[in-house]
Amino acid sequence: MLKEFIRAMVETPGLSGYETKISNVVEDYFRPYSDDIVRDKLGNLIILKKGNIGDRKKIFLAAHMDEIGLMVKQIDEKGFIKFTNIGGIDQRTLLTQEVVVHGKEDLFGVIGNKPPHILSEEEKKKTVKMEDMLIDVGLHKEEVEEIVSVGDTISIMRKMINLQGDRISSKALDDRAGVAVMYECIKELNKMNHYCDVYAVATVQEEVGLRGSITSAYNIFPDIGIAIDVGFASTPELAGDDLSELGKGPAIGFGANIHPKVYEGLTKIAKEYNLPYQEEIHPGETGTDAWSIQVTQSGVATGLISIPLRYMHTSVEVVDIDDIKNAGKILANFIVSLNLVDLEEMLCY
Amino acid sequence: MFVNRINIELLKKLLMTFGPSGSEEKIRKLIKEEIEEFVDEVKVDALGNLIAVRKGKGKKIMVASHMDEIGIMVTNIDDGGFLRFTNVGGVSPFTSLYQRVVFDDGTIGTIGMEKLEEIKDLKLDKMFIDIGLSSKKEVIKRINVGDVATFCSPFVYQKDCIISKTLDDRIGCYVAIEALKELKDSPNEIYFVFTVQEEVGLRGAKTAAYGVNPDLGIAIDVTMTGDTPKADTMEVSLGKGVAIKVKDRSIVVNPAVKDFMTEVAVENDIPFQYEILDAGGTDSGSIHLSRSGVPSGVISIPCRYVHSPSEMVYISDVTNSIKLLLKILEKEEINI
Amino acid sequence: MLLKKLTMANGVSGNEDEVRNIIIEEIKDYVDEIKTDRLGNIITIKKGKEGFPRVMLAAHMDEVGLMVKSIDDGGFIRFSLVGGIDERILVSKQVLIGKDKIPGVIGAKAIHLQEKDERNIPLKVKQLYIDIGADSKEEAEKKIKKGDYITFNSEYVRFGNNLIKAKALDDRVGCAVLIDLLKGEYDAWIYGAFTVQEEIGLRGAKVAAYNADPNFAIVFEGTLCSDITGVPEHSHITKLGKGPAISLKDSYTIFSKELNKCIYETAVENNIKIQYRQPSSGGNDAGAIHTIKEGIPCAALSVPCRYIHSPSSIMSLDDFEGCKKTAKLFLKGIKKGEYVCE
Repeated sequence: MLKEFIRAMVETPGLSGYETKISNVVEDYFRPYSDDIVRDKLGNLIILKKGNIGDRKKIFLAAHMDEIGLMVKQIDEKGFIKFTNIGGIDQRTLLTQEVVVHGKEDLFGVIGNKPPHILSEEEKKKTVKMEDMLIDVGLHKEEVEEIVSVGDTISIMRKMINLQGDRISSKALDDRAGVAVMYECIKELNKMNHYCDVYAVATVQEEVGLRGSITSAYNIFPDIGIAIDVGFASTPELAGDDLSELGKGPAIGFGANIHPKVYEGLTKIAKEYNLPYQEEIHPGETGTDAWSIQVTQSGVATGLISIPLRYMHTSVEVVDIDDIKNAGKILANFIVSLNLVDLEEMLCY
Repeated sequence: MFVNRINIELLKKLLMTFGPSGSEEKIRKLIKEEIEEFVDEVKVDALGNLIAVRKGKGKKIMVASHMDEIGIMVTNIDDGGFLRFTNVGGVSPFTSLYQRVVFDDGTIGTIGMEKLEEIKDLKLDKMFIDIGLSSKKEVIKRINVGDVATFCSPFVYQKDCIISKTLDDRIGCYVAIEALKELKDSPNEIYFVFTVQEEVGLRGAKTAAYGVNPDLGIAIDVTMTGDTPKADTMEVSLGKGVAIKVKDRSIVVNPAVKDFMTEVAVENDIPFQYEILDAGGTDSGSIHLSRSGVPSGVISIPCRYVHSPSEMVYISDVTNSIKLLLKILEKEEINI
Repeated sequence: MLLKKLTMANGVSGNEDEVRNIIIEEIKDYVDEIKTDRLGNIITIKKGKEGFPRVMLAAHMDEVGLMVKSIDDGGFIRFSLVGGIDERILVSKQVLIGKDKIPGVIGAKAIHLQEKDERNIPLKVKQLYIDIGADSKEEAEKKIKKGDYITFNSEYVRFGNNLIKAKALDDRVGCAVLIDLLKGEYDAWIYGAFTVQEEIGLRGAKVAAYNADPNFAIVFEGTLCSDITGVPEHSHITKLGKGPAISLKDSYTIFSKELNKCIYETAVENNIKIQYRQPSSGGNDAGAIHTIKEGIPCAALSVPCRYIHSPSSIMSLDDFEGCKKTAKLFLKGIKKGEYVCE
């Protein structure tokens, strides 16, 4: 069920600012487990799971459903498409990548490259700039212009695959893996007795400036806000940097962006229920929705859970499903642990 | 309704009036006097935004164009009477070199530079302003640290185009003022906001939007073009119509708003083009993130040589922008 | 001495507890209301008289510092920077780690063993590590853990022409000014905010201002001062001993001309040395405060500090006195109906 949900998400386009299709998929999967689902003015999907007793403490969970991608900038005389990026795309990952151009209908395309045979030695050593790349949709200019306009979005085409063990690879696990964590959490809460109202928000436009969480957190103004995003997992060239490891559990964040009692609460629960977890320190900006949420209105106590992920912002990101499941359990149990807690007292410095 | 007429006198006054970010007093006074009789209420908020209201039912629409212009601020006066300065907003050392600047009191100076090994090393802190006085004592009678100046450049109206400084964004203010005057009865409540401090970070729009709390936001600003020799790829050209913004650094325009604006343009035979700006932002960047979010779009006026003393727009694009804004404001049943 | 206590306390951004506790003790008997908000800001209220404006006064409690990233097998500690620190000042310094202030040193290879060019290449954070004298990871982990906050070990010293050398003058000097102001009596309503996390993005001030909702605000800072040999006059920013400095513009704020004029005149009329801070890059809490809600006009009055963001920053006690005096006279001089929005 979980893998099916993740596959359905990562194979649905949803670039920052254009999240309608992905939000429909997310809504379908959450509906059986929630009390109410609405969309706000920016398109954030707000999924409410009401508490069993009306003490109405508000817990806000945020995972962003938008992904990075490209946008049509110009159609040249030969029918090739010039493009720009939405969000932090590494231009080195684009050569020979398959894409889908979302015009009046979806068009299959390829980001082509000059064959090595005709390149000079110098050219071969340099990175090709996005400015100079072209998408080939195999049609003449007039045919392209009938279907495609400047401003149409272009998503990377990549199917999800299973790797060894419980690992999967695809694009957009940043941060659909986080949405999957919220799904696991909400499903668990359906079997438990929790007093807090839980707002699981699939946010928009995180990749272009943490924007969706600014307005959704303002709207709800919770007592506690926890962002679930992805974090850097160690790989050969990053060894010794003390990053988190795939499969060793979700990374619970610690630092200025995180309320110390929320960090304490999450780690305590993980230990109590014997759930694997790691710790990730954040000396300053975390680059996640937690950064926006914390400074909403007169301030929100925030937390951050990161799913270890390799090759961030490429189309071959890798995560371990176990980390997602464990993160969901930690969150659900943490929420239940707040049942009789006086939050004013708990969050006091 | 104007077709290809433009109120040259008003436009010239708008372009030439002093108003760098943070010192918008004079331009605010000019605009206030121009629009007072056409609106129900006018007020000025804590940061200096000018907010004019045309009361109505329907949707609350905030129209934002920024009054401030880029300029420079004096940081130090040396013993020889030369002034050191920093930028107010996006000012490039290369476009400023040997330009003339004018202070609020009318004093004019030339921007010079220290000797450099390579011209590519030119930076603002290697430059200075020369007002032709030879001692600090003489200078401080007229100019002090903290004083601001704008670039000096004559206004030119030539056949179909306007060449001037500060088309960014006094041309946007002009469009808003003309629409405001033309607007008969609107089914909506319109807040015409002339914002401050856009050039230093979209600041005025942030506080104005919080105060107004609109249902829909439309900013009117200039955008660059891709129609000059060996330009960066950009599908916007002078004379091809009003530009409807899709995306820039500060906003990914809500597709529903973009489609709505397109619909209005098509319905009224207004030529338009789609605009993507790789660098740069507008007031809608602040408006759309206000409180719980505000669907927002931007009417962009194509402009060459932005942030130089010789910006250029086509009259037809300006009049088409006024028309599009008007038709949007007059629309009943806006379902966004 | 209050300033000594404040600067010797450890309060790296995100971990301001020690400083917060000292300040609460100092002011709790002088304010009508006091609380700590969700980010750890101290928010205080001194009630004023009807018709007088609500004035927010802000100083930030946090300082730049380091954070433990990892402990290697040999017991050496790798760290990250918190806030803007020039990497080149780190080598050969003493530090204190964690709540228990475990002493450590940021060592360097002996000069005798260095290659000729090495001496000219500054060391990057990635190459540096802290030695607490432990022989192994296990031994180090008994005292230190990942995430512990680290400050410079720097004594408070009085020297020269009434000067102070200490760490964290940015912005414990501002806190000291604000503490002094809160001990006075005013007709205006005073919202004294001791903010957190200024050094990593003006974070605390944003929510404190939202809470306070004042008519205007004044920020008290320890600010850049580089009036030393080799720096051209137009890059001095402020001058030591020439009085507190009024901000005109920085990267985040264009300060209120109206407030600035009034503060300047207050100083001049009372024969207090005063200067303007040269517009430069950088920012302070006003950057976050002035665009909250419908806008809050801001001024900033700062004490010049040479070698800011280092273990050995220097300020003048004369400038410090001038700052307190000017601010107090300004606040006392606010008349009924002034600065209140229509």
